[in-house]
Amino acid sequence: MVGIASCGVYLPRYRMDRAVLYEAVASWLNPAALLPGERTVANWDEDSLTMGVEAARDCLGGDREGIEAVYFATTTPPYGERMNAGILATALDLEGVRTVDFTGSPGAGTRALLSAFREAEGGKRVLVVASDCRMGRAGSAQEAMYGDAAAALLLGEERVARLEGFRSLSSDFPDYWRLEGETFVRSWEDRWIREEGYFRFLRLSVGELLRVHGLSPQQVSRVVFPALFPRDHPRLAREMGFSEGQLQPSLFEQVGNTGASYPLLLLVAALEGAGEGERVVMAGYGAGSDSFLFTVTGGLKEKKVERALARRRELRSYEKYLAWRGMVPVEKGMRGEEMAPTSLSLAWRERRAILGLVGSRCRACGTPQYPPQRVCVSCGGTDLEPYRFSERRGRVFSYTEDMLAFSVDRPALYGIVDFEGGGRFWFDFTDCERGELRVGAPVRMSFRRKYVDPLRGISGYFWKAVPEGKDGDQG
Amino acid sequence: MGIKDKVAIVGMGCTRFGERWDAGYEDLMVEAFQEALEDAGVEKEDIEMAWLGTCFDEVSTGKSALPLSVSLKLPFIPVTRVENFCATGSEALRAACYAVASGACEVALALGVEKLKDIGYGGLPEFGSGMGARNRLIFPNVTAPGAFAMMAVRYFDRYGLDPERGKEVLARISVKSHRNGAKNPKAHLRREIKVEDVLGAPIIAWPLGLYDCCGVSDGAAAAIVVRAERAKEYREDPVYVKAMQVAASSGEELLHRWDGAHVETTVRAARRAYQEAGVQDPRRELDLLEVHDCFSITELVTYEDLGISPRGKAAEDVEAGFFDLEGELPCQPDGGLKCFGHPIGASGLRMAYEVYKQLQGKAGSRQLRDPRLGLTHNLGGFPAMSVVSVSIFGLDRG
Repeated sequence: MVGIASCGVYLPRYRMDRAVLYEAVASWLNPAALLPGERTVANWDEDSLTMGVEAARDCLGGDREGIEAVYFATTTPPYGERMNAGILATALDLEGVRTVDFTGSPGAGTRALLSAFREAEGGKRVLVVASDCRMGRAGSAQEAMYGDAAAALLLGEERVARLEGFRSLSSDFPDYWRLEGETFVRSWEDRWIREEGYFRFLRLSVGELLRVHGLSPQQVSRVVFPALFPRDHPRLAREMGFSEGQLQPSLFEQVGNTGASYPLLLLVAALEGAGEGERVVMAGYGAGSDSFLFTVTGGLKEKKVERALARRRELRSYEKYLAWRGMVPVEKGMRGEEMAPTSLSLAWRERRAILGLVGSRCRACGTPQYPPQRVCVSCGGTDLEPYRFSERRGRVFSYTEDMLAFSVDRPALYGIVDFEGGGRFWFDFTDCERGELRVGAPVRMSFRRKYVDPLRGISGYFWKAVPEGKDGDQG
Repeated sequence: MGIKDKVAIVGMGCTRFGERWDAGYEDLMVEAFQEALEDAGVEKEDIEMAWLGTCFDEVSTGKSALPLSVSLKLPFIPVTRVENFCATGSEALRAACYAVASGACEVALALGVEKLKDIGYGGLPEFGSGMGARNRLIFPNVTAPGAFAMMAVRYFDRYGLDPERGKEVLARISVKSHRNGAKNPKAHLRREIKVEDVLGAPIIAWPLGLYDCCGVSDGAAAAIVVRAERAKEYREDPVYVKAMQVAASSGEELLHRWDGAHVETTVRAARRAYQEAGVQDPRRELDLLEVHDCFSITELVTYEDLGISPRGKAAEDVEAGFFDLEGELPCQPDGGLKCFGHPIGASGLRMAYEVYKQLQGKAGSRQLRDPRLGLTHNLGGFPAMSVVSVSIFGLDRG
């Protein structure tokens, strides 16, 4: 049998109260149309790829054994051409695995999962990462509804849950769309989407799944599906025959609709509380609907979603959000405009060091060092082996808040990090604000977008240090 | 081993440093060169070899020896451009001195120049790919103030200075340099300042504020060196080269082991320079210092790295006025980088120019009483990865 071996999630640290957004650009809206709660907002140096790497790291916890493929599902791939899943795999230091991008609809998340299960049935381990960072126009309903998040599932052995079966319903239902080269999602009328799409496809897909397995809704412990319209989420559950107690809460008021990652994120939340033997039905929505039936085996011991929800900081400035998303032209200064070209042949040669944060360790004296050295910095030996720094915790050796250096979010915070077990290098700090850095403070590493070179169409990635222990951040 | 007393400087020139909107690098070179020629009493045709020091060639002169040979119309002699970050100026001088000491030539020219104020924004030019094509993909967008600010954070932490007290110590260093620079007609910033000005100035890179940072300016300086035994043929008061040492980081500080509160390359270069010059007790034997005060914190740790102040105790010397113009060991009598600004290629030679003039008793209202031995210190790069030059010059031939 095949199942879920481990799970991971990632929520960006920042949350924007929807009231902030409405006040800024949609104060004319009828109060009845206002959505309650807050949504997650990716930091300026995050995108679906960086969030996906973080969710994958949370999922794997350093377990890389036997992974044969990495599937990345997103409607917002940073690269239109260049396999995003390939960058993701390199960041995880999973060289040589098969990588595939799934895209085109928020349904890409469950569709990737489906393909991965098919593959896992052959006894393989496949990592599925779903992530989205979608944008709506300023003042649009999408802007208020969407949230940024990533989730990852390692499929293979049934450590967490066993897959009993699935149904997949594909349809070219044009509820939401975006042409190549466009930034913002468009939509047809909500009422039509709800009745003809959301309600109909989910009813069909889940109904068929239950029928095939000879189950009634009452024999299911938990039903998990995204909330396209938060008020209709419980209504749809009722229509499908589920009680409110069976419905997995939508996180709409804490996170928002996170696109391709949404059903996976909610599934992880459902598995957190689930006991052995419980049946969980999960369904996605987008270009039809895929649904899955799981039986919980070991369940999830760690409260990963809870922890991600607790790690939060309010973003009170709508203008800052616009600047982070590149929706307003922000002064870069001539220093920021001066960008040396990226050598892709160099970046390729050194991909393990740059994307994977793999340094070296001297075989003679054991000293870890980053970036990888040809000659040991401690003993001068020349026999060095690869050494992974990404999972290492560190401490702030020194830092500064640099008003002169270019950063989208000034001042630039950077410093020197000492890794536990040895090794030292300079890193940007992120998810961190002025006045928060201290010598000796603990940090963990996070995969981030380092720069965007608009002239040459390159999005460059590297690792940054995130101070730990704030805002409920337990690391 | 060494070049002690093998070479002497017989002529020097230094332009007015500043925002020389009126002048290009060619103007600056000619200005410094003419003064050096006149000072040495030699003709252009007497120069047999020359070294040009420039760092940010891409925004200023361009690469190679040609900016020098063409600007000065040197007659097809060997000319080489050298670059070693902020130690570039000292490197040009070291190359000229080594050439003369080796016997390869009799008369050599070292000229450093940098035209920084054509880039269109404050501070040094963005490092871009200057750090290497790989490094810029992994390093933060480091600026010079940021890199040195991290040393201030470490220094404060290591020696238990709370930032307020630490910043006050640093402020006194800048106040001292401004007092000296105000007396110097060639300095860029000629205004005395108070500790409150420094403490109240905007932060550039925490904890360093505007007055903790040296200026950014245009300038050039030049030296003409000859063999020591023939120096008196050129002038009565030649200045003898006692030591020229350079140390470059091994990577240990950046990647492995370092307290972050000192500059190891300064320690190493100074140790070798004292040995070369035969200096036993620098605190007593030296009469003046021109150190690389790109930032106030750099000057503070340099006092310790040069072995002048004990570790962690430089603040006491600063507060006692030890390094003031009237103090026991004046530092930056000309105003330093703080007041001159830092046209990279020129700075090392500008420091030597001040030592040269002071030793000859020609430093005007800044003149120290009978100095015999002076030291220059030039730091290129960042504290964690640097190239440091320490040179010692004396009036007496041993």
